[in-house]
Amino acid sequence: MWWEYITYFINATVLAAALRMATPLIFASMGGIFSERSGVINIGLEGMMLTGAFMGMLVTFYTNNPWIGLMGALLSGGIVGMVHAVAAVRYKVDQVVSGTAINIFAVGFTVFMLRTIFDVAGTSPAVPRIRTVALPIVRHIPVVGEIIGYQNPMVYMALILVVVVHIFLFHTVWGLRLRSVGEHPKAADTVGINVFLTRYVAVITSGALAGLGGAYLSIAHLSRFGDEMTAGRGFIALAAMIFGKWTPFGALGAALLFGFADAVQMRLQEVGIPRHFVQMIPYILTMVALAGFIGRATPPKSIGKPYEKE
Amino acid sequence: MVENILELSHITKRFPGVVANDDISLGIRKGEIHALVGENGSGKSTLMSIVYGLYQADAGEIIFKGVPVRIGDPRTAIELGLGMVFQHFMLVDTLTVTENVILHAEPHNWGFVDYKRAVSGVEELATAYGLRVDARARVADISVGQEQRVEILKALYRQAEVLILDEPTAVLTPQETEELFQVMNNLREQGTTIVFITHKIKEVLTISDRVSVLRRGKLVGTRNTAETGQRELAEMMVGREVLLRVKKEPAKPAETVVSVAGLQVRDRRGMPAVKDVSLELRRGEVLGIAGVEGNGQQELVEAITGLTTPDTGQVLLRGEPIQALSPMKIKRRGVSYIPEDRHKRGLILEYSVADNLILGLHSDPPFVERYLFRNERQIKAHAARLVESYDVRPPNPDQIIRTLSGGNQQKVVVAREFSRSPEFLVCSQPTRGLDIGAIEFIHQEIIRQRDQGTGVLLVSAELDEILSLSDRIAVMFDGRIVAVLSIDEADEQRLGYLMLGGDPQQAAGEIESGVTAK
Ligand SMILES: Nc1ncnc2c1ncn2[C@@H]1O[C@H](COP(=O)(O)OP(=O)(O)OP(=O)(O)O)[C@@H](O)[C@H]1O
Ligand SMILES: [Mg+2]
Repeated sequence: MWWEYITYFINATVLAAALRMATPLIFASMGGIFSERSGVINIGLEGMMLTGAFMGMLVTFYTNNPWIGLMGALLSGGIVGMVHAVAAVRYKVDQVVSGTAINIFAVGFTVFMLRTIFDVAGTSPAVPRIRTVALPIVRHIPVVGEIIGYQNPMVYMALILVVVVHIFLFHTVWGLRLRSVGEHPKAADTVGINVFLTRYVAVITSGALAGLGGAYLSIAHLSRFGDEMTAGRGFIALAAMIFGKWTPFGALGAALLFGFADAVQMRLQEVGIPRHFVQMIPYILTMVALAGFIGRATPPKSIGKPYEKE
Repeated sequence: MVENILELSHITKRFPGVVANDDISLGIRKGEIHALVGENGSGKSTLMSIVYGLYQADAGEIIFKGVPVRIGDPRTAIELGLGMVFQHFMLVDTLTVTENVILHAEPHNWGFVDYKRAVSGVEELATAYGLRVDARARVADISVGQEQRVEILKALYRQAEVLILDEPTAVLTPQETEELFQVMNNLREQGTTIVFITHKIKEVLTISDRVSVLRRGKLVGTRNTAETGQRELAEMMVGREVLLRVKKEPAKPAETVVSVAGLQVRDRRGMPAVKDVSLELRRGEVLGIAGVEGNGQQELVEAITGLTTPDTGQVLLRGEPIQALSPMKIKRRGVSYIPEDRHKRGLILEYSVADNLILGLHSDPPFVERYLFRNERQIKAHAARLVESYDVRPPNPDQIIRTLSGGNQQKVVVAREFSRSPEFLVCSQPTRGLDIGAIEFIHQEIIRQRDQGTGVLLVSAELDEILSLSDRIAVMFDGRIVAVLSIDEADEQRLGYLMLGGDPQQAAGEIESGVTAK
């Protein structure tokens, strides 16, 4: 009886869906980690994702190749990241303000472009999408195969990305430098690290990854762009990053948790728990994390502070 | 002619409102320890920051090994073979000792940090120069003395030929200073040139070969250490004769103002730091707490000022318990506190001098009018008065505190705390980083507070300071008060013996005075 209840919510189908829901969050939260570990708050993830979603669709539309579309998303996300970097690093604009501006701009920009280019409102025409693949051997493993054996390539890319970011941050020379810049830029400066350059690269990378996360929505999960289709996922990714204490695996865990909440949403509705309640979960957990209930979630120390030389 | 490894020629650096370095020409010889002394704000840190490429001079030239060089950033300085240990350490707390040392000079394979090689490299270097550190510890968990050694390792790891040490001893205990001097001697023997900034003339005379004095941005002169003395240096620094020991009348203690009973406090890691401490302090006396740093003094002070809550025990201020009150409430009852770390506790670095001078008083009249609004006129007047009487330089109340020299920052804290006319004054390392003129001044002020009937609790790692100000001295060791001596019974030797955990009975016996604790 209990067992049935549990398997109704937790089973291979739901978990596979959770993984799909988590994928855009994983991309964007890895982006968030890059930026914030270098000391730059990136509240603009949402806007960067949205831009990526749109440009991914657009490039795919013209090239008929979603993989080239993905490149377009990467690039456009990087460019928006660059805008944020110039504002935050060079002009020392308040980083929250700059990020918010990017979010607002991205909504207007994508809606406007959609109308101008396609003369439609709401959703773009359908474009080819990156298709789901079946993993050769894995597919046949019981349970595991059902969860990860048959997924979109971008899901696998997201999982690999987490490992790569982890290795980059904690095992490479550049990761060490990046972290030092986010914690104590003056100390980094005094050993000869270029604080400004480091932050530029980090924030641009951040935008590029968020752009990929957005493209997952428009050219992998679905095959069209819709107005404001990111629907707050950039903020949830930010929440995942914080809940995961600014570490790749932590953020992955949080993204999976939020993805799971998303996936069971429908089933929860059936037992009478409203959808909007479920949607609150990521934010409640974030506040719990920030309040220090699960060990302290300490952000990089110099976060939000522009670096000045003299 | 002796070879100069580093030559500064006509260096000038202006900041808004001050000339920090005014046409300074100075030669540093290869292999010497060159002391650089001068009052707070005389431009020592600025001059060395220019050498290290952190600031750019407005005029002048730097000549390194006979060649004019342009040092545009620290990277260039490091490549030339310059290393600097800053007055306020430049360490990343969340990283390990090793990571801090190797940062931007990491041993690696294809970009992957080779931590094994890094740790062994750091350990080898540490052993070679006698710098004891735990290479794997996180910087957040090590003591200030160790942080200092990590900073020196950082420079040595980059093969610095010229090592600049900006007030390295300000935060060290006497023992640690001893150790540092050994390291400096080692380095000199191995050919490293050292520029050593300090405020303590004793240290200059102990360790340096030559000494240069700055005053208000100008070079006053350079002397061979062997040919100069305390008096001449003091005069060169301050421009007048300085009292090296404060003049005071014997204390006239009145009624008890503070009594501490059975106090137990834990440190941040949850270990007992203060163990069953009881104290009595009267109005009009200075009670010194002597002890090697880290024996519970800090926790004791934090418990008394309300920054931490003791496990058990009582703190009575004029007979009323205050141990459960907030720091603000305790302050309002007439307690002033000079914290030992001015950056963490005493100041808000991004605020102006004027605003820092009203911290803690900011919500009280006369600085607030109509319950809500800042009374700018009063705030200005208050600032102007204190800046003038405490000789804060530059005398500009609107300047952001961060841009003041370390010593002048300290003066702001002291000025604020003294100006509240407290009944009970807690001073923790009140003259850390101050020049001799300023020390003289603050010592006189402490004595004046005492004579006005304030009870003063003085915690200091400087035995000289304890001996010259205190009327009674409590020695703290391993969280306990192991002895309380009157000033006549105390001397440097005896205190030193007790501070290291020596037996109080025996201390008394050895000195043959027969009197001990209480
Ligand atoms: N970034 C800055 N902006 C403005 N003024 C500055 C800045 N840095 C230093 N100054 C000023 O330059 C002067 C010299 O300061 P400096 O820090 O070199 O003194 P110092 O000799 O090292 O003093 P201390 O012994 O107190 O450390 C001071 O008047 C200080 O206020
Ligand atoms: Mg200085």
